[in-house]
Amino acid sequence: MLKWIFSALIILSFIFGIFSGNSKNVSDAVLSESVNAVNLGIYLLGAMCVWGGIMRVAEKSGITDALCRMFSPLAKFLFKGISPKGKAFSAICLNITANLLGLGNAATPFGIEAMKALEKEDNCKDTASGNMIVFAVLNTASITIVPTTVAALRMKNGSENPLEILPAVILTSAATLFVSLSAALILNRIRRKKK
Amino acid sequence: MKITDILIPLIISAVLLTGLIKKVDVWSEFVDGAKGNFKTGIGIIPTLIAIITAVGMFKASGGMDFLTSAVAPITSLFGFPAECAPLAIIKPISGSAALAVLESILRTNGADSFAGRVASVMMGSSETTFYVLAVYFGATKIKNTRHALLCALLGDLTGMIMSAIIVRLLF
Repeated sequence: MLKWIFSALIILSFIFGIFSGNSKNVSDAVLSESVNAVNLGIYLLGAMCVWGGIMRVAEKSGITDALCRMFSPLAKFLFKGISPKGKAFSAICLNITANLLGLGNAATPFGIEAMKALEKEDNCKDTASGNMIVFAVLNTASITIVPTTVAALRMKNGSENPLEILPAVILTSAATLFVSLSAALILNRIRRKKK
Repeated sequence: MKITDILIPLIISAVLLTGLIKKVDVWSEFVDGAKGNFKTGIGIIPTLIAIITAVGMFKASGGMDFLTSAVAPITSLFGFPAECAPLAIIKPISGSAALAVLESILRTNGADSFAGRVASVMMGSSETTFYVLAVYFGATKIKNTRHALLCALLGDLTGMIMSAIIVRLLF
C-alpha cells in the first residue's frame, strides 16, 4: 500500500509542479525536506528514549504487573469463555497494560503471544474466533495515557501547552474503543447465532 | 498550574521512587530502556525521510492545496478540517508515515490551531489499523479474519469524526 502512496505523491508532484509552475519548489523540496526528516527523527529520539527508560524501570519495579491485575476484570468481561489461569489471559492483560503505558515495543510481543494462545484455546482452524477479533480490534484503537511523541511534535511546532490535548485524546480514544468493541461484540453474537 | 503540567514529572518521579523502594537498579534499567527505544527511533528515520520528502514535494507542487480543497466539501459535512484529511488517510496504514504527515500539518497550520489540535488528537487516539491486523493475524494460521477489519475501520472513522467534535467542544 505504501509503495503506491509514496510513488503517487512523487509522480503527482512532478506533474502538478509543471502545470502550476512550481517545479523549482518541488526540486528544492527534495533536499530540504529530507534534511527536515532527519532533524525530526533526531528530535523525537529524545522523548522516546526518556519514556522508554522510565517504562523499563516501571516494568522492573512491578508497576506493570500491578496494573495488569487491575485489568483482569475488564479482560474477563470482554473475552468470553477464557480461563483466567490460561496463557492467553495473562498475555492479554500484559498487552493492555503495555499499550496504556505507551510501550508499543513491549505490547506487540505480548499481543502476538495472546493471539497464538487464543487460537489454541478457542480451537480455531483458519477462521478467527470472536475473542481473537475482539483482541485485535482492541489493539487497533490506541489507549495510551500520555501520547509522548505527539506532545514532542507539538512542542517542536511552538505549542504553548503541548499536553493540553490530553483530555480530548482520552475522550476520542474512549469513543473509538466503544464503537469498535461494541461492533465486534455485537457481530460476534449475531454471527454465532446463525451457525 | 494545570494537571497536565505536572503529569509527566509526576509519573517519572513516582516510577523512580517505586523502583528505589523495590531495590531496582533504576539507573541501568533506565539506560537499557532508553537504548531499546533509541534503536526503534533510529529505525523509523528512513521511513520518515521517504514520506516527509514525498509529502514535502507534493506540498511544494501545489498538489496538497488541490487535494484539501477537493475533499473540503465532504469533510466539512462532519465539521472535520480538510487539512487533516491526508492524516486520516495515512494513519491506518503506517504509523511513521502518519507522524510525518502530522509534522507537516503542525508546521503549516500551527500546533495550537484547530487543524493542529484535531490532527494531534487523531494521532494520539488511534493505532495503525492495517499494521496491527497484519502483524497479529499474521502470527497465527488464521486466513479468515471475519469482521475484524470492518470493526477496526469503524473505530478509525469514529476517531476521525469525534476528534473534530471534541476539540471544538473543549477549546
